Amino acid sequence: MTASAFVEIEDVGFRRDRRVIYDGLNATVPRGKITAIVGPSGTGKTTLLRLIGGQLKPESGDVRVDGVSVQSLKRAELFQLRKRMGMLFQSGALFAELSVFENVAFPLRVHTDLDDELIRLIVLMKLEAVGLRGAVDLVPSELSGGMQRRVALARAIALDPEMIMYDEPFAGQDPIGLGVLLSLVKQLNQALGLTSLVVSHDLQETLSIADHVIMIANNRVAFEGSPAVMQSSNDPLVQQFLHGSPDGPVRFHFPAPALEDALS
Amino acid sequence: MYSRRLELSVGAFVLLGALCLAFLALEVSGLASTGDNGTYRLSARFDNVAGLTTRAKVSAAGVTVGRVVGIRYEKATAAAIVEMEISQDFAEFSEDTSASILTAGLLGEKYIGLSTGGDPNNLADGDMIYDTQSAIVLEELIGKFLLNMSSEK
Amino acid sequence: MIDWIAGVGRSTLSQVSDLGRASLMLMQAIFGRSNVGVYGRLTVDQIYAVGVLSLSIIIVSGLFIGMVLGLQGYTILTDYGSEQALGQMVALSLTRELGPVVTALLFAGRAGSALTAEIGLMKATEQLASLEMIGVDPLRRVVAPRFWAGVISLPILSLIFVSVGCLGGALVGVSWLGVDSGSFWANMQASVDFFDDVFNGMIKSVVFAIVVTWIAVYQGYDLVPTSEGIARATTKTVVYASLAVLGLDFFLTAVMFGEI
Repeated sequence: MTASAFVEIEDVGFRRDRRVIYDGLNATVPRGKITAIVGPSGTGKTTLLRLIGGQLKPESGDVRVDGVSVQSLKRAELFQLRKRMGMLFQSGALFAELSVFENVAFPLRVHTDLDDELIRLIVLMKLEAVGLRGAVDLVPSELSGGMQRRVALARAIALDPEMIMYDEPFAGQDPIGLGVLLSLVKQLNQALGLTSLVVSHDLQETLSIADHVIMIANNRVAFEGSPAVMQSSNDPLVQQFLHGSPDGPVRFHFPAPALEDALS
Repeated sequence: MYSRRLELSVGAFVLLGALCLAFLALEVSGLASTGDNGTYRLSARFDNVAGLTTRAKVSAAGVTVGRVVGIRYEKATAAAIVEMEISQDFAEFSEDTSASILTAGLLGEKYIGLSTGGDPNNLADGDMIYDTQSAIVLEELIGKFLLNMSSEK
Repeated sequence: MIDWIAGVGRSTLSQVSDLGRASLMLMQAIFGRSNVGVYGRLTVDQIYAVGVLSLSIIIVSGLFIGMVLGLQGYTILTDYGSEQALGQMVALSLTRELGPVVTALLFAGRAGSALTAEIGLMKATEQLASLEMIGVDPLRRVVAPRFWAGVISLPILSLIFVSVGCLGGALVGVSWLGVDSGSFWANMQASVDFFDDVFNGMIKSVVFAIVVTWIAVYQGYDLVPTSEGIARATTKTVVYASLAVLGLDFFLTAVMFGEI
């Protein structure tokens, strides 16, 4: 067990409805760094975040966060662990009936006994960090998608967690919104000393801020290492993925009998 | 975070429900009119109680004084014993009170009519009424009528 | 042929496992770790959403059904010269059957489908998942208040329905068709027993409330988190809940009034 790893995924197997998602997955997430999880669609990248967060249990193998095996935790212990992790969902997942202020204050009210004055200060500071202190009294439906994500990010850092998991944070963003989120992820990681885990399809952008890359394909880890090493990898699958080539180890044609036979 | 108007409307909602319950209890099911003074029991033996059911009313001079609470068959006398609960408000039925099974209205709901007599002593809790008139069974009546018709010829 | 039997078997097994999942969900919603202050307020919010907002449809329906009962009842009873029995006919129909059943059906359609859609939307937008990640049990925070709100609201709505219905019947019978007011109410009071009729009707209502609300929240919680999934789940809620109400009504009526 490396002291510098915050999350260790050891030989994990997972199935959903008889479909194998993982088969002997091994990876580590280094402490204090930005780790990107990439790979073709449908390879279960979001599932991995849920396994780490304890929402799902692996069928075999071990998922350890800071040395503690997540699936063996009891309810109360899992509750404590979740204080230390923040998660940013793909859709932001703000609570629609609460204001921006109440959304960010929510984890504070759940996990702490702080009085209203102190909660107010903390919420305003978190919103300031993501640049949305002015939106404090709005409701989610009044915000754009990108702003909702930033508020969700403020909510995710409300309890000053040690790790934040981002599920497709850049999906569907225009270049400016994307730039804002990218810089936020990087800034927060450095300023707060976080371990960041980013699942994304936006390869170039994600690789530009990542220190460590895990590529998942074919139910296991296809590549793990730094972005620079990934660029110079000889693995054809990695190369196809990096360059977005239409054909390669991931075939262009859906399996079908030979063309001559079908046409005659 | 908690609108005053919402609180008020939920409170009013529950209050409305309680009012309806009271309405149903008093106006629809006449709960209040059942005797507050308690009840006492009388029984009566009939040869035939055809059509009488439990919860049928017991009345005297047309006024409801109680309810039938049980009907059973007594093997020894091959007769039906009817248990009645009479309100304490009407505690003065003489020992020679008679009980008849009558029919109310065209729809044929059977009830018990009590007719008090002249005896100075009154019926007490648990007493039995012996002077009874059984239910009129329609088939027997028709049979009697036909018999009379044919014997007149 | 074999395929068909296998299909039936598979579908039965999936229904049974559905029921199991639904029961587990209910157990956790009711008996999970609690925090009465917050959940009390959430429940009150839900009583407003589910009960107060259903008042208009319940009152209007109750009024019309009561009026129709008055009208139809009068037409039938005049043939026997028994118009004075109109009061008891209206009241008994409402307290024993129409009150609990129709209210439950209307509730399933209006409030039940809304509950399913609401919870389903929270699932589809990952709000339930983020509650979990923050460490709040979504069953306690989202499902339980809605469940209790339904169980509390439906019997109250039934009471209101029956009352309004009786008044509607009186409106038609006494004011419009000329049935004697005294005999209308007196006959009603003589034949409606509080415990056998009104109270039994309430018991039915509570049973329906539990079943309808349970189906509604379960369908919302368990659905496929897409817009198509939500649409399908709301339909299922209305259909299953309605069938359950009608089936249970027969069973309860047989037990309560059929002297079985």
